Amino acid sequence: MTAGIDLDQPHAQAIRSDEDVVRVRQLVRTVAVAAKLSLVDQTKLVTAASELARNTLVYGGGGGVEVATVDNGRRRGVRIIFADSGPGIADLNLALTDGYTTGGGLGLGLSGARRLVDEFDIDTGVGKGTRITVIKWAR
Amino acid sequence: MERVPILKIGEILLVSIQLDMSDQTALQLQEDLAERIVATGCHGVIIDITALDIVDSFVGRMLSSIASISKVLDAETVVVGMRPAVAITLVELGLSLNGIRTALNVERGMELVADARADEFPYDDELADGSDDDPETTSSP
Ligand SMILES: Nc1ncnc2c1ncn2[C@@H]1O[C@H](COP(=O)(O)OP(=O)(O)OP(=O)(O)O)[C@@H](O)[C@H]1O
Ligand SMILES: [Mg+2]
Repeated sequence: MTAGIDLDQPHAQAIRSDEDVVRVRQLVRTVAVAAKLSLVDQTKLVTAASELARNTLVYGGGGGVEVATVDNGRRRGVRIIFADSGPGIADLNLALTDGYTTGGGLGLGLSGARRLVDEFDIDTGVGKGTRITVIKWAR
Repeated sequence: MERVPILKIGEILLVSIQLDMSDQTALQLQEDLAERIVATGCHGVIIDITALDIVDSFVGRMLSSIASISKVLDAETVVVGMRPAVAITLVELGLSLNGIRTALNVERGMELVADARADEFPYDDELADGSDDDPETTSSP
């Protein structure tokens, strides 16, 4: 599985169910291994992906991810884009605060995921859905 | 939905998580475990996460809930086998596994369960075997 993955093209995965969140974790792991991220960096990226995929399902009402390898000329990395067309996030600063939740969670998913990756970009707004891009670079 | 098996080994329930659990599977495990604690009267639960390559906020919360639930049901839970990369990631995620006892491996976990039990009920042994020789008093100089 790992050996066979094509790193030259992005891989898509829908997020419509619990089982899809598991599939996202497995896809991200496969690409991270192939892109030669260290074990700790793989673990961080998969954990962040798990949090963001669950948010896409629970708050975004489902959506999808695209996992790809990227190259900035100096380093290779793994980029993941999470997208949903749900309600969006009204107050982003609040949502990124440790412990803030509207769903009875721990409120660590978004803020924790941001700490676990190297680049974190979020595009959201009321009524326009949520699109989160993260990158983890190989060291 | 897949289900995580729960084994009874002597007086202890052993859960060895071998698959990447969906959130539903994790919730089911929580329920199954509570039922088995009551059904068996076991006072110790060991959750072996050696095979887990990540612990996210959902699974972390499940482990905390299991520890609290088992406490209420008079059982001690010990989580064993956390991988170093998982521990590093958990700390950065900001998850403190509050109230969770951890040990390096199943063997150490079993010792911890036994110790916790002995601390809480120091006279259990005496009652069980009816002897009155307390090792602590006989070994004093
Ligand atoms: N894709 C999304 N669409 C809409 N709202 C979102 C989305 N992702 C996160 N949010 C909002 O941001 C809040 C914080 O998210 P975060 O993942 O940090 O915490 P949580 O999911 O509530 O709890 P945890 O992830 O710790 O179990 C959520 O409660 C929700 O209100
Ligand atoms: Mg979340």
